[in-house]
Amino acid sequence: MRANCWTGKRSVEVRDVPDPTILNRRDAIVKITSTAICGSDLHLYNGFIPTMREGDVLGHEFMGEVVETGPGVDDLSVGDRVVVPFPIACGVCGACERGLTALCENSNPNAGIAEKLMGHSPAALFGYSHMLGGYPGGQAEYARVPFADFGALKVESELPDEKVLFLSDIFPTGYMGADMAEVGPGDVVAVWGCGPVGQFAIASCFLRGAERVIAIDRIDYRLRMAAETGAETLDYEQVSVPEALVEMTGGRGPDKCIDAVGMEAHHAHGAVHAYDRTKQALGLETERPHVLREAIASCANGGIVSVIGVYGGVTDKFPMGSFMNRYLTMRAGQCHVHRYMPTLLEHIRNGDIDPSFVITHRLPLGQAPEGYRTFLEKADGCEKVVLTP
Amino acid sequence: MTTTGTGSSRSNGTAGLVAGLGVFSLALGAAEVASPGVVARLAGVRDPGPTGRATTMLYGVRELVHGAGILGGRRKATWVRTRIAGDVLDIATVVAGAARSGASPTRLGLTLAALAGVTATDVAAARRLSQESDDGECRATAAITVNRSRGEAYRHWRNLEHLPEFMAHLRTVRVDPSGRSHWEASGPAGTTVRWDAEMTTDREDEEISWRSVAGADVENAGTVRFRDAAGGRGTEIVVDLRYRPPGGSTGAAVATLLGEEPNQQLRDDLRRFKQVLEIGEVVRSGGSPSGQSTRQQLAQRPAQPVA
Ligand SMILES: NC(=O)c1ccc[n+]([C@@H]2O[C@H](COP(=O)([O-])OP(=O)(O)OC[C@H]3O[C@@H](n4cnc5c(N)ncnc54)[C@H](O)[C@@H]3O)[C@@H](O)[C@H]2O)c1
Ligand SMILES: [Zn+2]
Ligand SMILES: [Zn+2]
Repeated sequence: MRANCWTGKRSVEVRDVPDPTILNRRDAIVKITSTAICGSDLHLYNGFIPTMREGDVLGHEFMGEVVETGPGVDDLSVGDRVVVPFPIACGVCGACERGLTALCENSNPNAGIAEKLMGHSPAALFGYSHMLGGYPGGQAEYARVPFADFGALKVESELPDEKVLFLSDIFPTGYMGADMAEVGPGDVVAVWGCGPVGQFAIASCFLRGAERVIAIDRIDYRLRMAAETGAETLDYEQVSVPEALVEMTGGRGPDKCIDAVGMEAHHAHGAVHAYDRTKQALGLETERPHVLREAIASCANGGIVSVIGVYGGVTDKFPMGSFMNRYLTMRAGQCHVHRYMPTLLEHIRNGDIDPSFVITHRLPLGQAPEGYRTFLEKADGCEKVVLTP
Repeated sequence: MTTTGTGSSRSNGTAGLVAGLGVFSLALGAAEVASPGVVARLAGVRDPGPTGRATTMLYGVRELVHGAGILGGRRKATWVRTRIAGDVLDIATVVAGAARSGASPTRLGLTLAALAGVTATDVAAARRLSQESDDGECRATAAITVNRSRGEAYRHWRNLEHLPEFMAHLRTVRVDPSGRSHWEASGPAGTTVRWDAEMTTDREDEEISWRSVAGADVENAGTVRFRDAAGGRGTEIVVDLRYRPPGGSTGAAVATLLGEEPNQQLRDDLRRFKQVLEIGEVVRSGGSPSGQSTRQQLAQRPAQPVA
């Protein structure tokens, strides 16, 4: 089959690789009908996530049709249409029982590597480095889906791919950003980053009854998209974000702050950006934590900082004093997609939201390299790229 | 879930830590020699003056020597210990220099915090390095929590013939009617290592211990304990293995039985045990098609479907 493979820093290539086969009893093979490129893929593309190997099949946002099932899968049949969550989870370990499927204790055969880097291992993810499992991803014609009886969500045929595809990652991820921040009626929320994940965080805050959402980015078309959802917007190259937030909230700061940017944040002030960029290049820190620092400093006393942007290792100049003395809470994590899928599918069925609003580019799988370039450069008004095999 | 242990099992992690300290020394040393004024100011000394600059430069030379010694030297533990002495000197000098020239309190705080962190790392590395030269007995320990009852976990382990299903180094275990067991494990370069063992403790749902009897290729003993995990989270399983080759060195014993990272290999074995009990089989991926295996983790194939 054809699959989009990581071939080195800033380089992907669509290659011929073997077709997937059943390796475990609860596997299913899915023929992929739609797959997407995620901001998380850009961290791999830019070489910031360790333990990638040349030839790794990328992609963790995909859906399709079941074409084969293992002997342990009894509630899925050939022909079923399914959306696949990006974390791989068994459904029976302690973490899965508590709904923390991004922390499944059984899915990562390379947990030993992750333990060395992080202390304990999270769940494996599709197409996301060897320390997170070494599973081939879904930017391909077919994928093997482990624990398909627990993971794959069946969807009816009336809903087109574009409306349900993002249940695999970015819609639940944005929603978890709002959930971890306990967003509810009366809240003022600031969201850093108006990429696809930020857009779903903003939309989810409104779904949960937030009164005001302030969206921060520097890319005008992304800010416009956020404004269409109802957010007030800040261009961090035009204003000082902490000052603007103070002003917009009567001096209190936002009640809840969501970081939907992560380790590759950019900073308007050249010197600050250069400081963290240099330390990152030298391996003295793995992150550029501009957004994290700004979110902590800006958050209202007693507020919650919710981190869905991805970080990889260690960070420098973490404002612990501000965090501790002002009774802040921070929550962070890869999304427990399984837990949110059914509720969010219900929102889509009810017409509360149509997730396809973020799609700007539709390309055949063969043009994945071009898709990565356009998405990385935020060129041509690119917000989200969907690939069809 | 923790993996703890002593002895040579730590060598790889320690090597990484020590190399890291070496590189850190070189980088810091280079900066101190090249621009002593800037480094002194970053460290919180407002006006370093000629003495301050000279001191910083000398310290830079010291860092360079340490870095080279740690990375290239044979007596790494000694070089790391000289780093600790240097760390203490750094802290003293920063405090004294600050008192003299009026340092900015924030920067001074940051510098002291960083130095304290570096000192702690050095102490840890030195302690690990000195534990590595021991008497030739190897030990591996690991623990895991399994979402199953104590009885279930105990019974699966008690049938020793199940062990090769999740312990990577074992090929077969056969138990004869007398209760004595015959073990076969893979040795280096395709060889087979054999021993007979007897059970020394068997307390239902609590503990099983065994040890090899006379004539073993590799003398060894092991204990596995089962206890309830807090909050009804199943069973905590703690394994402790000791082994010693006949008159051989530590290195040989390690290579013979559990590879170069015995704690990790044992922990990977326990993960397989957990998978077998919780989901009925060992989980496989394209990068690790035969499941949890320390060796495979070090030599991954690309994350592509298995042909
Ligand atoms: N937690 C999870 O489960 C999960 C899932 C999917 C994605 N993610 C992560 O979410 C993040 C965003 O993903 P995406 O697909 O939207 O990526 P993206 O690259 O399209 O969006 C990132 C946006 O952040 C903006 N940005 C950069 N620096 C900023 C700053 N200082 N202040 C404000 N905005 C800034 C960029 O201009 C860009 O629009 C990534 O880190 C991704 O890895 C996490
Ligand atoms: Zn993603
Ligand atoms: Zn699980």
